[in-house]
Amino acid sequence: MSKKILLTKDEILHLAKLAGLTLSDSQLARLPNDLSSVIEYMSKIKSLNTTGVKETTQVTNLKNVFREDEIEKERMLTQEEALSNAKNTLNGYFKVKAIFHN
Amino acid sequence: MLLEKTINKLAEGLRKKQFTCEDLVKECYENIEKYNKKINAFITIVDKETALKNAQEKDKTLSKSSSKLHGIPFVIKDAYITKNTKTTSASFVLKEYIPQYNATVYQKLLDAGAILIGKMNMDAWGHGGSSENTDFGPVKNPYDLDRSAGGSSGGNAAAIASRMCVFAIGEDTGGSIRNPAAWCNISGLKVTYGRVSRYGTIAYASSFDSVGPMAKSVEDLAVVLEAIAGKDKYDATSSPNPVPKYSQELTKTLKDIVIGIPGEFFNEGLDQQVSDKIMTAVEKMKTLGIKIKKISIPLFDYGIPVYYLIGPSETSSNLGRYDGIRYGQDRRFFTDETARRIMIGTYALSSGYYDAYYKQAQKVRTLFIEEYKKALTQCDVIIMPVMPTPAVKLGELLNNPLQNLLADIYTVSQNPVGVPSLAIPCGFTKEGLPIGMQLVGKMFSEELLLQLGYHYQLITDWHKKSPSLINK
Repeated sequence: MSKKILLTKDEILHLAKLAGLTLSDSQLARLPNDLSSVIEYMSKIKSLNTTGVKETTQVTNLKNVFREDEIEKERMLTQEEALSNAKNTLNGYFKVKAIFHN
Repeated sequence: MLLEKTINKLAEGLRKKQFTCEDLVKECYENIEKYNKKINAFITIVDKETALKNAQEKDKTLSKSSSKLHGIPFVIKDAYITKNTKTTSASFVLKEYIPQYNATVYQKLLDAGAILIGKMNMDAWGHGGSSENTDFGPVKNPYDLDRSAGGSSGGNAAAIASRMCVFAIGEDTGGSIRNPAAWCNISGLKVTYGRVSRYGTIAYASSFDSVGPMAKSVEDLAVVLEAIAGKDKYDATSSPNPVPKYSQELTKTLKDIVIGIPGEFFNEGLDQQVSDKIMTAVEKMKTLGIKIKKISIPLFDYGIPVYYLIGPSETSSNLGRYDGIRYGQDRRFFTDETARRIMIGTYALSSGYYDAYYKQAQKVRTLFIEEYKKALTQCDVIIMPVMPTPAVKLGELLNNPLQNLLADIYTVSQNPVGVPSLAIPCGFTKEGLPIGMQLVGKMFSEELLLQLGYHYQLITDWHKKSPSLINK
């Protein structure tokens, strides 16, 4: 494998932001090289001629699998159950960071 | 040892009162106590008293109409949601997660009367092929404790090999059942996509993930598959195709079966001993009246890029839900390997790269489907290696991210296509490490694959060997 770096540190930081990841300094030091070598390898897929080929997103051959629009009581969680794994709750709600600022 | 027996023999013995479910469960715990510290197969071991009580109950309720799995102890990869039992996916992100409901596959086994012994160690989120990408310490290979048990369902395979349970439920996205089966000398089945419900499975790549059995023999796989396969109203991708009586169809005589050998899969890069053992197995199969045909899968080299562009893309989306708000810890707890896969997927899906990577991979996926279809018109089943080498030393793959991905070369192309594949033992290296091979068939051809594997295991005894660790 050549040591060509396809991804710069800035691009890695941008990707991390998109992916909601906070990177440590040591991760940030290694990732440009690690990801570049992987993506460079995967790039060989570009050389295949796929003109006129349709994409496949799933292989079941099933279409429009619907169910009745009814509440399935056996699958309902109680409020207590729904909150049982949350670390921060308030008055029966999940507590989240504010999205809007003043 | 009772745990050497097949499920059919155990079911028979239980009914004849030659031994009890409690005896069986006791034996599992004896072996867990003896070997698990060395192997590290479990993330959660069900409390012994609870399991024994469960077994006593099963002894009482055993009846003529009971399932063959009634009272049979099993383990399940920690990627399956189990109500009130911690489920981690081997990641500290879910370190203390206690699910509120059951995965369908687990519920079906409970309904059949099977007894859960533990939740198994694995590569976190299924991301890996060596069970080293785990926050709970690597799984060691029972045949050589310095080596990997394979992955991502490594804990399952190691536990079966060291007789800590009768069977296991694994999950295969790009080889995760077949790879550890090959490295630990057990049998494993990657089912056709949709054959078994994925409801309650912690998703890696949703359009590849398949739920399947792992066991000592093909005969056992058939019994388990029959119990877990079928349409599930909670999984829209589960197939409405009827479920054959796999365990009864096994013994049927094989008629006019042609096995294809794809030249591309036996080239440079494949360990000589692995190649030799598979060719010996092919010769053995000829004695079953099977015909052999050379075939070609020219796209072979593109399997890794298709898998490692689509898989990470789907995982970057699936793992978006782990925000630490409704459950689990926050995203800082992802391991390096998982962070890499999320970022590769994010890259392949991001604006400017989407067409060249993700979309192109989905097109090549279509070409792969056509290529497998074509190959499987020339033969009934394709034989392939599972892994390019026998079990690697711990740490060998972990330190090289690209090499780590390339080790999956033989197992990644079946999942994008959806076809089933049966991995079975076919010998050992001079050093005593297990070697496996895989038989790949048409969509929903599990019946034929199991039949073929069953007949092969009738005339060979590789699958009956167990590690010296437990024979001392």
